[in-house]
Amino acid sequence: MLKFIIPLILFIVIAVFLGAGLKLNPKEIPSPLINTPAPVFSAPKLNAPDDKLTPADLTGKVWLLNVWASWCASCKEEHPVLNELARQQSVILIGLNYKDNPEAAKQWLAEGGDPYNDSIMDVDGRIGLDYGVYGVPETFVIDKKGVVRHKQTGALTAEALNDTLLPLITQLQAE
Amino acid sequence: MGKLISLVLLALLPFAVSAVDVYQLSDPEQQKAYETLTSELRCLVCQNQNVADSNAELAGDLRRQVYEMLQQGKSKEEIITFMTDRYGDFVLYNPPLKAKTGLLWLGPMLFLLTGLGMVLWFIKRRKKATISAISSGQQAEIRRLLEDEEQP
Repeated sequence: MLKFIIPLILFIVIAVFLGAGLKLNPKEIPSPLINTPAPVFSAPKLNAPDDKLTPADLTGKVWLLNVWASWCASCKEEHPVLNELARQQSVILIGLNYKDNPEAAKQWLAEGGDPYNDSIMDVDGRIGLDYGVYGVPETFVIDKKGVVRHKQTGALTAEALNDTLLPLITQLQAE
Repeated sequence: MGKLISLVLLALLPFAVSAVDVYQLSDPEQQKAYETLTSELRCLVCQNQNVADSNAELAGDLRRQVYEMLQQGKSKEEIITFMTDRYGDFVLYNPPLKAKTGLLWLGPMLFLLTGLGMVLWFIKRRKKATISAISSGQQAEIRRLLEDEEQP
């Protein structure tokens, strides 16, 4: 009897581990920034390059930092979701225009709609590096004290927005 | 002969084009640090390549960052801390031994010990099986035959 039970248990254990491994996304790397202050930047705005934005300007408000670029294919996929979020006006949405050509970026917004309260330019990717950006699009949720509370890697889906981000935003706005 | 030479040259081609955008530091000590660091940092976009070999844009940015920090006189440890503060331990090909990475480091040892234990268990069981396969009657017979041999 033991002769059959041991291999069976071994098989089940291995199958469970491999099965869980299949569900994991190796592209999703946990961010060490969670629960640490949002990295400081002072970056020119896309629509008004003489005007600069820093995270300190947003203290006391819950805001999202969405990393996007006109060359990024998945950004097109999440754009309608962001437009819908902007319509609800429930949270401040800042775009980090990552390693993009400002003209191409402006045109992209003119064509697809501009959901951002402001977009800032990160032409050489230095702000992105401080935020540990490795796969555009990425979205950070930052609380009233300027602390990063959540990171979404990859395109923002309606499910992720409704199930994770919006409840978190409501909770953070109440804090 | 000509064919052989062209074949050898062809085989060497990957080494000739592997350099992406190598930064040159004037201090040989720093140049060495640059080479070790970029070979130990993992490119997060193409996860099975290090920053030194990768063509990805992000790898280029990280190479630039390492180069600039070395030029500013930053130590290897400072640069590694800078990278892990932003990208986590995942950016290191050689992750530190911590509670979180314990399984990664000790896992192989655990498997080895389990395997050794299983081998020992099987050997013990087989030994027992061969011994008990001989009945006590047969054992007495063997003893009798051996004793006969000793006293001719």
